[in-house]
Amino acid sequence: MYVATKGGERAIDAAHDWLAEARRGDPAIPELSVAQIREQMSLAVNRVMAEGSLYDPDLAALAIKQARGDLIEAIFLIRAYRTTLPRFGASLPVETGAMAITRRISATFKDVPGGQVLGPTFDYTHRLLDFKLAAEGEVQQAGRKPADDQPAPHVLALLDRDGLMEPLAPSAAVPGDLTREPLEMPADRPLRLQALSRGDEGFVLSMAYSTQRGYGRTHAFVGELRIGSCAVEMEIPELGFSVEIGTVELSECETVNQFTGSKTEPAQFTRGYGLVFGQNERKSISMSLVDRALRWEELGEEDTGAPAQDAEFVLYHCDNIQATGFLEHIKLPHYVDFQSELELIRRLRKAAGASEREAAE
Amino acid sequence: MSKLTQDDIERRDRMGLLARATPTRLAELFPEIPAHALLRAPEAGAVMVRGRVGASGGPFNLGEMTVTRCSVRLEGGAVGHAYVQGRDKSHALRAAALDALGVAGSELVAPVLGALRAEEAARHTERAEKAAATKVEFFTMVRGEDQ
Repeated sequence: MYVATKGGERAIDAAHDWLAEARRGDPAIPELSVAQIREQMSLAVNRVMAEGSLYDPDLAALAIKQARGDLIEAIFLIRAYRTTLPRFGASLPVETGAMAITRRISATFKDVPGGQVLGPTFDYTHRLLDFKLAAEGEVQQAGRKPADDQPAPHVLALLDRDGLMEPLAPSAAVPGDLTREPLEMPADRPLRLQALSRGDEGFVLSMAYSTQRGYGRTHAFVGELRIGSCAVEMEIPELGFSVEIGTVELSECETVNQFTGSKTEPAQFTRGYGLVFGQNERKSISMSLVDRALRWEELGEEDTGAPAQDAEFVLYHCDNIQATGFLEHIKLPHYVDFQSELELIRRLRKAAGASEREAAE
Repeated sequence: MSKLTQDDIERRDRMGLLARATPTRLAELFPEIPAHALLRAPEAGAVMVRGRVGASGGPFNLGEMTVTRCSVRLEGGAVGHAYVQGRDKSHALRAAALDALGVAGSELVAPVLGALRAEEAARHTERAEKAAATKVEFFTMVRGEDQ
């Protein structure tokens, strides 16, 4: 129960002022610009866009600055902002096969058409602190090589062609949208993918990791991981045809997993899928593992009771804004609730005291 | 989608280039916005970006992106539309004006589009060349049993 209380206004104003001052830090140090955050903290910006579920690097950078680098707070700001925007419509599905590729690797085939492109990855760094970055210095320039314009088709399409891959049912159905309708169980795969794509990176990562450690085994291989930019196309109502309205950076992961099949149908590999805004490699791999684990029922697998197989558990706990909202509300005044608890405990103690006295007599 | 006319195809190309341009660059290339009536004042909103389940299956909602739209009518009567990424109102207004000029067959449009197209191609090449430099060229060591 909540009752209105007054008297905190002046304290709140002073807290806001101190927050602003603390956000700025030592005034002797130059202030960060939003553009600097956008350009130099780009993976933080990407995470805020993915989990804020709104692609706008400038807004995400502003949110990070306002939130003092607290990314969940920044995501909260973006989620709040997006509710103020009118929805113009939905895009056509992005064609990730036509992505302009920054990074593209396959852990299942060495030689893939289009090749293995490492891109700007941390993978082969030694994870040693680079003290050169603490001093201003010259920036290393990326190397260049003539591009051969060789197409890079999806790796899983190659397995698909040979009939080794579980087929995907084509569908033109309008997908459910959990920003418009409350998420209800059972949630179909499009809804699950939407929830996972905007889900908390840490949560989705841990769920994926749990499947690797045996809680709902899926035996995932990264068939392909690709990062790059895709055009976004939308039907323009005034014109009656579709037009490109911009481009988005995306990370996509497709996993190849163990088999489905029966006495009558030959064995086939199964799929897990991850697609996330921005360069968000860890998240897209995690998402594809969790997507696969959640598909146990449609693939006729056993429910081992693993957390990652429990759609309700995963989907109702992966959203960090819902989670933090409910978690943090317990620090707000609960004076009346607590008063009743106090009264209860005093009554219990009194009753216990009385019975002890009776026993002693 | 019904069959597109040549004009429609040009318009798709034009509107796409203008949408993908940066607001700053477009303002440099096209500083003066011609006299116009606003049919729809620049308005910022969101478009739900969709993906495909498993890259090639049915659609799902991935997340939104910011988009600004605008429609104008020029003095000669030509109507232009714009749907551009981001929240920059002058970007949408300039794009709508240039779209209308394109509809009217104005020669002001081609130099702007030409510059945008060349710069976009240069950016694509830059990315593709950097990517090519990080392409792995495997070599397999010959082992005895293979010979």
